[in-house]
Amino acid sequence: MSDQRNKPAVSMAEIRPELERLHRRGFLRGALSLGASLGSLTLLTGCDLSTHSGVDGALEAILCFDDRVQAALFSRKRLAKTYPASAITRPFRFNAYYAEWQVRPVPDNWVLSVAGLVADRRPWTLPALMALPQQGQITRHICIEGWSQIGQWSGVPLGAFLRRVGADLSARYVYFKCFDGYSTSIDMASALQPQTILALDFEEKPLAPQWGAPLRLRIPTKLGFKSAKNLEAIEVTNKYPGGYWENRGYDWFAGV
Amino acid sequence: MGQRETSRRLTHSSAIRVMHWIGVYAMGCMIFSGWEIYNASPSLHFLFPAWTGLGGWLGGALAWHLSAMWLLFADGIAYLVYGFASGHFRRDLKPPRPAELGQDLGAALRFRLKHHMGHYNAVQRVLYAGVIIAVILQVMTGLAIWKPVQLGWLAGLFGGYPIARGIHLAIMFGIVAFVLVHVALVMVHPRTLKSMIVTVPQRSRKADERPA
Repeated sequence: MSDQRNKPAVSMAEIRPELERLHRRGFLRGALSLGASLGSLTLLTGCDLSTHSGVDGALEAILCFDDRVQAALFSRKRLAKTYPASAITRPFRFNAYYAEWQVRPVPDNWVLSVAGLVADRRPWTLPALMALPQQGQITRHICIEGWSQIGQWSGVPLGAFLRRVGADLSARYVYFKCFDGYSTSIDMASALQPQTILALDFEEKPLAPQWGAPLRLRIPTKLGFKSAKNLEAIEVTNKYPGGYWENRGYDWFAGV
Repeated sequence: MGQRETSRRLTHSSAIRVMHWIGVYAMGCMIFSGWEIYNASPSLHFLFPAWTGLGGWLGGALAWHLSAMWLLFADGIAYLVYGFASGHFRRDLKPPRPAELGQDLGAALRFRLKHHMGHYNAVQRVLYAGVIIAVILQVMTGLAIWKPVQLGWLAGLFGGYPIARGIHLAIMFGIVAFVLVHVALVMVHPRTLKSMIVTVPQRSRKADERPA
């Protein structure tokens, strides 16, 4: 992580000048504001193709098409490959939109809020989550930058959790809000894939803060930036929720 | 096929010329956005110069890469269908006999290999067939690292995600090496560039017989 170019963790303050430069160039305005302009939609990703023209509009339109292709390729029954414990990558690489020294401690009286299209909106404490049936996995975490590493997580299958709180399973999106300022969202089909878990443990120990304490999403069928750490709220919704990187131009579906 | 028959044909049909230049654009987008993606997490000890990258940053480069891939895919499929249906592959890219290849390669390395408009020598046939196969493999490794779970069988075929990613990078270098050699040889024979742009009737071998 000492190598500057390898350091994916950048603060918004650091990248804002670069983003603004790109905006001025108009080079990729479409891609950069993709997430932001996706509000009012008809497609799965809620793509609004009317906001940009030229190259930006074309790239935006094709990314929307890509998301539909990705959703069509996705099967809830198809499992990510699992590995033996001997394959676990050590040391495991830290990654976030900030540097490791900026990792947030777990707030006092932490609870997981549940919102949106669910029957039971009572918040969840850590012991209540730990009391639910758990499931472990050793899977490959693939970063959008290209690198990958194999890790071990266990926790509550998200599908079981959503059923438990009486979520509308026909809703389009599940949105995750984190107390470190991060957020992301996934499609319901991917949320119900059996390997999508609300992880409580990493390498058979409760999550340490840098690995997303006390609760994180672990979804091996999507790129790493979808596995949001430090969760504080889950919302089930039909309104495109975007996310931290999605609003900055990363492809929304981001399936692998 | 008789000489008289071939001499009435064009050096390159209009379909070939259109598909060639669409392919150049699509492959250019793929290579330069690919360099920007590589730079986000280099697996070797070097970076591509920042000014060569397409997209401005990783998200932009991926938008270009995952857009241009459709153009490359459509162009490639059209070319393969045309190549088989028209007889282009059978006629022009016939695998050379080893002796023929050895002879032409020796001549090429001594800069004595002759170029005939519309007739590919053994070295050309091997290089053109080779780059077609390389692009097919590049699309396959690209799909494997785009969808290593949904297309897990394809990623498995290339040894899993990290190895497929390495092969994708290696084939890129092969394609770039082909482009450098190809462009250098076109500069030596500028008439070939004209024939890939406008209609140029194929000359008979005799008329074209001139040392390189």
